[in-house]
Amino acid sequence: MLGMMRGLWLYRHFVLSSIRNEQRSRFARSKLGVLWMVLNPLAQVAIYALILSNVLSAKLPGIESQYAYAIYLMAGLLAWNLFSEIVSRCLTLFISQGALMKKISFPRITMPTIVVGSCLINNLLLFLSMLGVFTLLGHSLSFTLLWLFPLTLNVVMLAVGVGLILGVLNVFIRDIGQVVPIILQMGFWFTPVVYPINIIPEEYRHLLEFNPMYAFTNAYHQILVYQTTPDLLHLVPIIGVSLLLLLLGLFLFRRSSAEMVDVL
Amino acid sequence: MSILSIKNLGKSYRSYSSEWKRIARWFGLTAQGVDEHWVLRHINFDIQPGEAIGVVGQNGAGKSTLLKMITGVLEPSEGEVQVNGRIAAILELGMGFNPDLTGRQNVIHSAGLMGYSHEQIFRALPEIEKFAEIGDYFDAPVRTYSSGMQVRVAFSVATAFRPDILIVDEALSVGDSYFQVKCINRIKKFLEEGTTLFLVSHDVGAIKTLCQRALLVDAGRIILDADALSVIKLHQSLMLKKENDTNQSSRIKKNTRNISQAEKLTDDLQVSGDVLVVKEAIEAVDIRFLDESNRPISYVVSGQPLTVEISVKFKKQFHDPHIGFGIRDKNGLVIYETNTYCMNKELGAVQKNDRVSVSYSFDCHLGAGDFSFVVGVANEGYGKGSFRDNLYYDHEFKVLKVLQTGDDIWAGFFNLCPKLKINIANS
Repeated sequence: MLGMMRGLWLYRHFVLSSIRNEQRSRFARSKLGVLWMVLNPLAQVAIYALILSNVLSAKLPGIESQYAYAIYLMAGLLAWNLFSEIVSRCLTLFISQGALMKKISFPRITMPTIVVGSCLINNLLLFLSMLGVFTLLGHSLSFTLLWLFPLTLNVVMLAVGVGLILGVLNVFIRDIGQVVPIILQMGFWFTPVVYPINIIPEEYRHLLEFNPMYAFTNAYHQILVYQTTPDLLHLVPIIGVSLLLLLLGLFLFRRSSAEMVDVL
Repeated sequence: MSILSIKNLGKSYRSYSSEWKRIARWFGLTAQGVDEHWVLRHINFDIQPGEAIGVVGQNGAGKSTLLKMITGVLEPSEGEVQVNGRIAAILELGMGFNPDLTGRQNVIHSAGLMGYSHEQIFRALPEIEKFAEIGDYFDAPVRTYSSGMQVRVAFSVATAFRPDILIVDEALSVGDSYFQVKCINRIKKFLEEGTTLFLVSHDVGAIKTLCQRALLVDAGRIILDADALSVIKLHQSLMLKKENDTNQSSRIKKNTRNISQAEKLTDDLQVSGDVLVVKEAIEAVDIRFLDESNRPISYVVSGQPLTVEISVKFKKQFHDPHIGFGIRDKNGLVIYETNTYCMNKELGAVQKNDRVSVSYSFDCHLGAGDFSFVVGVANEGYGKGSFRDNLYYDHEFKVLKVLQTGDDIWAGFFNLCPKLKINIANS
C-alpha cells in the first residue's frame, strides 16, 4: 500500500498531465468542445423533465416550485453519473490499457487515479452547469452545499472499490464486461433518480436499503432540492461498506497486477 | 559491483481449470488443477557497467520474456532480477502516442510515463525537439505525422535521458537510414559514457557492430553466453539446422516411406560452431581463388578479375544439387551472395563419389580489406532461393585479402566504376 502511494507521488505530474490530455483529446476537433460534457446530461434531464414532469411533479412532496421535478432529477443524476462513469471506465480500464501495461513498467495505480481525476472534472463541470440552471429557474441554495464535498469523496470511494473489483475480474473473466453495463442500467432504475421515493409501495421500500447508491442520491436530494443537512445516521453504514469495498478492490488490484500482464 | 544480476530467473504461465481458482489463490487458498507452463527457466548472468550485450534466438525462444522481466513489466515466477541503476527500454516506439495531441504534448506524456519529473522533462524538451528534426511538425497533432516522423519523435524521447541500462528490442530497424545512423550514434555515445546496452535483434550485423558479448536463448534457456561472434555463429548454425528439420518433417508427412531416411539425415547432422555438415552427404568441399591465368592467389587487387572455384565431392546421389558462395566483411555484413539455383543453372543429378566444381568469375571491385567467403551446398531449390535440404554451410570458409593500389582512388565498400561525363556550357 505504501509502495502504491509512493509510486503515485513520483508520478503525480504524469497523472495530472494525463488527465489534462484526456480532456484535450476528447474534445479535439469538436467545435463546442467542453460544452458537450455538460450538454449530454442536461439533454437527458430535459428529456425526462419534459416527458415525466406532469406525471410525477404532483408527487414530489414539500416543494412548490413548478420546476421541482427538474431540480430533483438533476440532483440525482449528479450522484448517479459520477458513480456509473467511474465504474464503467474502471471495468474496461485494464483491458484497454493492456498493450501499454505489457510494454512499459510504471506504477499501475496511476491508471485508476487518472480515471477518477477525469471523472471528477466531468462531475464538477456538470455541477457548475447545474448551478447555472438552478439560478435560471430561481432555485436558491444554501451553505448545505458544502456537504457535497464529503459526499462526492464517498461516492468516489464506493465507485472505485466496485470498479476495481469488476475491472480486475473482467481481465480474467470477460463475461463481467458484458453483464455489468446491464446491471448498471438496472441499478439506475432501481435508484430513485427519475422518480421520487414515495411512488414505491410502502412494503417494498425497505428493499432500497440494499442499494448502496440509494443513500447517496437521497443525500444529494436533501442537499440540492430541500437544502437540509443529509441524514448522517443513514449514511454511516454505507460509508463503512464503501471503505470495505475500496480496500477489497485495492487488495485484488495489487494481488492480480502481476498476473494481469500474463493474460492480457 | 555488477549493474545487473540475474539469479535463477524463471517465468511460468499458469492456466487454471477455472478462473475462480486463480482468484481464490490471491486470497491465499491453494488451488488444484493448476497447469504450469515454463517459458523461461534457470537463467543466470551478471552484467558489468558499460558492457554491450546482444541477445539472439529464434522467435518464441523467450528473449522478450527475459527483457520484460528485466524492465519489470513482467513479474518473475521464480528467481530474482537485481538492477542497480535506471533502466530505459525501447521496446515499441511510439507506444501510447495519442494521435490528437501534438508531438510536444506526447513527448511530455511519454517522458512522464517513463517516470521523469516535470522539471527534467522541460529541461530536456529543446534537445528532444532538436534531435527529432521534424521542424514545425513538433507542434502539430501526431495524426498528421508520417510514420517516419512518429518514429523520430518516439526515439528522441526514449533516449532523451541517458539510462544506466538501455534495452533495445528490434527498434533500430525503423525510420530512414539517415535517422538510423543518428540513433546508432546516440547509442554508441551512451556506451562510451558508461551505459550498459542490451540489444535484442535479428539483425546480426547490428549486434556484431555494437556488442562484445552475446547471449543465445533457445527454448527458454541460455545455451551460450560468450563473445558476440561465436554466439552469432552458433545461432546461425542452429537456424539452418532448424530449417533442415522442418523441411524434412514436412516431407515425412507427405511421404511416409521416407521416414527412416529422413531420420537418418537428422541424426547425422553435425553442427560444430560455424560449420554445418550432413556427414552422409558431403565428403569434401574446397574453395580456390584464381587469377586471370588460373593461378591460385590469396589476395587480389581491387578491380582485377577473380575466379572463385568451389569443388564438392558428394557421398550420395542427389537429383538437384546447388552450390553457392557469399562474401562478408569483417563485421559479418553480407556484401553479396548467390548460388547456382538463383542464377538459374542446374548441375543436374549427381551420383555417389561425383566431384563437381563450379567457378564464378567477376571483376573484384571490393574495397581494401579482409573478406570472408561463405560456402553452401544444398539440394532441391524452391521459391526465392530456399532449399529443401541444406547439406553444407560454412560461415567463414576462407579469407581473401583485397588490396587497393594508389592509382585507383575511391572510398567505400564497393567500386561502382561510374562512367564520368562532363558538360560545360558557356552561353
